[in-house]
Amino acid sequence: MDILLQQIINGLVLGSMYALIALGYTMVYGIIQLINFAHGEVLMIGAITSWSCIGMMQEAMPGAPGWLVLLIATIIACIVAAALNFTIEKIAYRPLRNSPRLAPLITAIGMSILLQTVAMIIWKPNYKPYPTLLSSDPYHLGNAVITPTQIMILVTTVVALAAMVYLVNYTKLGRAMRATAENPKVAALMGVKPDMVISATFIIGAILAAIAGIMYASNYGTAQHAMGFLPGLKAFTAAVFGGIGNLAGAVVGGVLLGLIEAIGAGYIGPLTGGLLGSNYVDIFAFIVLIIVLTLRPSGLLGERVADRA
Amino acid sequence: MNQGNKKVSWLIGGIVLLVLPLVLQYFGNAWVRIADLALLYVMLALGLNIVVGYAGLLDLGYVAFYAVGAYMFALLASPQLSENFAWFSAHFPNGLHLSLWMVIPLALVLAAGTGVLLGIPVLKLRGDYLAIVTLGFGEIIRIFMNNLDHPVNVTNGPKGIGEIDSVKIFGLNLGKRQEIFGYDISSVTLYYYLFLALVLITILVCYRLQDSRIGRGWMAIREDEIAAKAMGINTRNMKLLAFGMGASFGGVSGAMFAAFQGFVSPESFSLMESVMIVAMVVLGGIGHIPGVILGAVLLSALPEVLRYVAGPLQDLTGGRLDASILRQLLIALAMIVIMLLRPRGLWPSPEHGKNFPQKV
Repeated sequence: MDILLQQIINGLVLGSMYALIALGYTMVYGIIQLINFAHGEVLMIGAITSWSCIGMMQEAMPGAPGWLVLLIATIIACIVAAALNFTIEKIAYRPLRNSPRLAPLITAIGMSILLQTVAMIIWKPNYKPYPTLLSSDPYHLGNAVITPTQIMILVTTVVALAAMVYLVNYTKLGRAMRATAENPKVAALMGVKPDMVISATFIIGAILAAIAGIMYASNYGTAQHAMGFLPGLKAFTAAVFGGIGNLAGAVVGGVLLGLIEAIGAGYIGPLTGGLLGSNYVDIFAFIVLIIVLTLRPSGLLGERVADRA
Repeated sequence: MNQGNKKVSWLIGGIVLLVLPLVLQYFGNAWVRIADLALLYVMLALGLNIVVGYAGLLDLGYVAFYAVGAYMFALLASPQLSENFAWFSAHFPNGLHLSLWMVIPLALVLAAGTGVLLGIPVLKLRGDYLAIVTLGFGEIIRIFMNNLDHPVNVTNGPKGIGEIDSVKIFGLNLGKRQEIFGYDISSVTLYYYLFLALVLITILVCYRLQDSRIGRGWMAIREDEIAAKAMGINTRNMKLLAFGMGASFGGVSGAMFAAFQGFVSPESFSLMESVMIVAMVVLGGIGHIPGVILGAVLLSALPEVLRYVAGPLQDLTGGRLDASILRQLLIALAMIVIMLLRPRGLWPSPEHGKNFPQKV
């Protein structure tokens, strides 16, 4: 029972990070039907930028409280990631808006490799120890533990999700985003500027990714130029799992995926009599995905718009 | 171009392809190796082109079939199985030493079977949903290869399988250098001719497929699946056939890769590899055989060549930009720039309106 509670906590933490990244994927997909392969790299740039900022601040003002340093670093990382994603969209995706569907996919892959390489040149390929800025004394829940960093991750996710719900459902920009996702041409006739909406979507997605990247780095204690790949892949899986293009689906998919992985990792050894170990944990994401999509080809909460793709 | 000119250019092309490795040999075997690998990638890209280019099914896990072929040959032609399974060493004390005529059909059938198996559950999926599921399949296969070293050691895990036999045809061992008319021909050159023959067969099969009823059926599905169904095309069987046929090329080139390298490990079959093969197809000109070949040669050979050119640049930048980083940088830039300048690929198919479906 204790393992279960612990794995549920770990799963929720992991899942909330996936959910934040998946939101960025799903918003971009919903509007321009592009699998933004470089999204994971935006996450990585966010995380490494914040690492650099933290290092500089700790040198400049050694006595500053951890939460303040983390907050400032997060804001700077968000700005950098947003500017980066805005630029990527402008130079690599926008010119290809009316090209065959696979062309922007290839530039996205190119961007992903490019960003990794550039990060490797700027920051060197080694693993960077990411400092624990919040207190590391865990809280006890029965026999399970939860660290302040994990609590911060959960709280931040809830706040970010609430902000997203408000943004998409109750603001002018949100309405413009939904309209553009539905039909860019008609939206343009109604006075929405699709190009601006798309830029805004990329900026918001980048901010969510940067926040997720910082969480990822704080949770695992390292940052590196290749760190964006796996969370990016998992988050995309989560987005498809929930029904790509659907915001609630991204959150549900992300959290479920995190839970499945954590619980699977905790129980696969005992269940299979030691035949399969926790090194198979990455398989769960894909097996669940295949089962769900076989039964529901448009994801858990997706609409039946099979012809869209 | 009239008929006579065409024949002459074919002839010249043929002679160049035949002489190429002999010339490259003078500059060192490394250059011939590059040509060999480029040929393997041409085969892979042509195989994927059947799935993506003809049938319009975006497959991001194509490397799984490459892996199936490679591991099949690695297991059958190395001491791995006899060292770990008593049954195997009892029945084949000297190990299996299959000839090429057994390896190719086996790899083909096994990979095609895997392709069909993969195809069954994803028949209903389209576009990006299909892409992510195939990507998942590729990863599942890679994870198993990486972890199947305990409790029973099948794949030797991340360490990979070594000591793989080289290919033998007609008693000729391609792994050893040969002397023909006093002329020294290295092992990589012998492989070059084998791969070239396989690539030529692949190209022939692709052209025949493209003009056949099956090829037309695939293209009909690519353009409009519902209409194709209404016209009496059995879309289910045709899609499975596309997966199977595409996979079979991947399996054969995988087996060849294993024999050529003498070593396989899960590292050679990462997602990035799948992505690169998709990039070759799209960059060259999706659905267009010469374009796909061009894309494959460019993306596989160019980075290797850059490795040699990168030395001086590395000195210029004080060692900060080493050869592998520079190479990666240039691949990425090439992918972006080529797509921006030529969104339909470097050498797109001349027929308009037959390309990949555009978004509505």
